[in-house]
Amino acid sequence: MKLNRRAFIGTAAAGAATLSAPTVMGQGNGRPRVVVVGGGAGGATAARYIAKDSNGEIDVTLIEPTRHYYTCFFSNLYLGGFREMDSLGHSYGGLAGDYGINVLHDWATGVDRDAKTVSTAGGYTLPYDRLILSPGIDFVDGAVPGWDISVQDRMPHAYKAGSQTELLKAQIEAMPEGGTYAMVAPPNPFRCPPGPYERVSMVAHLLKQINPTAKILIADPKQNFSKQALFEEGWNRHYAGMIERIGPDFGGGNVEVDPEAMTLSIDGAVENVDACNVIPAMKAGRIADIAGITEGNWAPVNAADLSSKMDENIHVLGDACAQGDMPKSGFSANSQAKVCANAVRGALTGTTVFPARFANTCWSLIDTDDGVKVGATYEATEEKIAKVDGFISETGESADVRAATYQESIGWYDGITTDMFG
Amino acid sequence: MMRRVVFPVLLIAGLGGSAAAQVGGDPERGEELFRSDCASCHQVGQGARNRVGPHLNGIFDRQAGQVEGFRYSEDMMLRASAGLKWTFETLDKYIENPRVFVSRTRMNYAGMESAEDRSDLLAYLRQFSADPADIPEAAPTAAAVDHDVAPEILAIVGDPAYGEYLSTECTSCHQESGAANGIPSITNWPADVFVTAMHAYKDGVREHNVMEMMASRLSNEEIAALAAYFENIE
Ligand SMILES: Cc1cc2nc3c(=O)[nH]c(=O)nc-3n(C[C@H](O)[C@H](O)[C@H](O)COP(=O)(O)OP(=O)(O)OC[C@H]3O[C@@H](n4cnc5c(N)ncnc54)[C@H](O)[C@@H]3O)c2cc1C
Repeated sequence: MKLNRRAFIGTAAAGAATLSAPTVMGQGNGRPRVVVVGGGAGGATAARYIAKDSNGEIDVTLIEPTRHYYTCFFSNLYLGGFREMDSLGHSYGGLAGDYGINVLHDWATGVDRDAKTVSTAGGYTLPYDRLILSPGIDFVDGAVPGWDISVQDRMPHAYKAGSQTELLKAQIEAMPEGGTYAMVAPPNPFRCPPGPYERVSMVAHLLKQINPTAKILIADPKQNFSKQALFEEGWNRHYAGMIERIGPDFGGGNVEVDPEAMTLSIDGAVENVDACNVIPAMKAGRIADIAGITEGNWAPVNAADLSSKMDENIHVLGDACAQGDMPKSGFSANSQAKVCANAVRGALTGTTVFPARFANTCWSLIDTDDGVKVGATYEATEEKIAKVDGFISETGESADVRAATYQESIGWYDGITTDMFG
Repeated sequence: MMRRVVFPVLLIAGLGGSAAAQVGGDPERGEELFRSDCASCHQVGQGARNRVGPHLNGIFDRQAGQVEGFRYSEDMMLRASAGLKWTFETLDKYIENPRVFVSRTRMNYAGMESAEDRSDLLAYLRQFSADPADIPEAAPTAAAVDHDVAPEILAIVGDPAYGEYLSTECTSCHQESGAANGIPSITNWPADVFVTAMHAYKDGVREHNVMEMMASRLSNEEIAALAAYFENIE
């Protein structure tokens, strides 16, 4: 759809690159101002919908440091060899050019809630009427003894996609014959509940072809995990004998790594590993903390409009918020963003605010043409975003159903990235 | 250390030099194939109307993209303005693999692999093209989804503004542009076809776990609103 976008293009031409010159920006020509921090699944969607549906009545600025967003979704498929990295990258050119969004490639470093301004590493101060934070995740310091962000190149997390994912793949490809890939899985709650297990499947798919005697070792602090029956069935069928998972009963939650020696110790037993994928415990992206709207690791929000429970002029989307029952997924962030955009538009320009409704579906690939999915719908209650209804793929489904599920996931990827970036 | 070529090489059906359909297929078998593969979107025969897809009367030797009142995909219109004409050969290629022939066609059909099937289907379709004057008397073929929806439900006039908001739940997967690739296009369907399809999911007659879940919590008015919005989306 290209509706009334024409009016924007003039203002947008400059926005396609980093904005320059003035330090205090955006008088907005008297228009209400929305600043969005983070151009991922939540932030890009929110910025696009507010700009698109307000037909120029709201001045939208998106702050995002990277020029290309590499989706975490489908990054496991890159590890498995089903996607090229290039196909996961998306630029912000459309948001600037087609929707008139001011895209500022910069880090947000401060939020002054009284003055209602955001400051950036590049020295800008941006006033807002509403601030939307969708900064994704950061890692909890000290969550895995021996690991911190300074060793992420030796023991990659690959839980923010891009160079980390490429590095992890290179390390797996360089493993000696019969070597070991280890994963330290995160505790709940974390970004993409099936993500680590889809990753194990994709790494197994890769190793089966280039290094079939290699081993996969998972240290997991959780008793159970998402789509467990489906993954375990698939692992037995496709990768028999390759994957070992150590749960909490056997010390899977009591781990320590030594990046120098390339060892992983599980409950005191030291293993030599050849590639070590450490996915530590997670928390809201740092800017949420800086804004002072977190409680524990996450930012609590009201279900109806994703507004912070601590500041009605700030909304928090996606992985960073504590909202209730929705999993931390790209689909969820995208769904929340549209509810938030509708509410913010209503608050600033008086348009109709329709009742909140949310949905999520997560597809995972286990092996070639063996796709599975889980999904649910949600509603806003006083207390939280609450689950209404759901489904999950069944074990023992036919190959046709699984192949169709995989095809569907490819369509979903195109759909959601178009919904985010236009 | 071992390194080998890892990636499976994917072959796109229809590029691999497979056989072409032959003139002289069996129209009766073609009719069966039409019912199973085409009739959910296309009508043909006397009184045939545009549904999700254009009607197919007189398709042979017609310029592409010409049926009045039907909104084609941009790519189809590009091919049409470049002179694409529907002949036995072009129809054969298109039906074999629509997306290879017209990249972003809204026709959500994976393709008919067998040359024999295509020969039969084209033999059937040709009966409705020979001379538009004597299109056989058969009633138009079955409509989109065989599911009975009460006339009062079909009569509800949807609110497109509400539909636009509700549609944001659809566009996490289905594209507003109508582009389709693994997830079908839902744009520019006649409202009654859209409403019928959604009620078929809601009533569990048409099976798909995501769609049954999504449809199950939509009220009759909400379904009508979505239908009204998507019917006229640009
Ligand atoms: C391996 C893996 C597989 C996954 N698979 C799926 C899947 O199949 N389906 C699915 O739905 N989800 C999947 N996910 C989850 C999905 O990627 C996340 O849930 C989603 O990206 C969350 O969106 P978000 O907007 O909260 O954060 P992000 O998409 O991470 O966006 C945050 C953005 O904010 C920016 N940012 C952070 N701090 C600042 C700051 N201070 N200033 C400016 N910008 C900032 C970052 O650069 C980033 O671009 C997967 C995740 C992983 C790791």
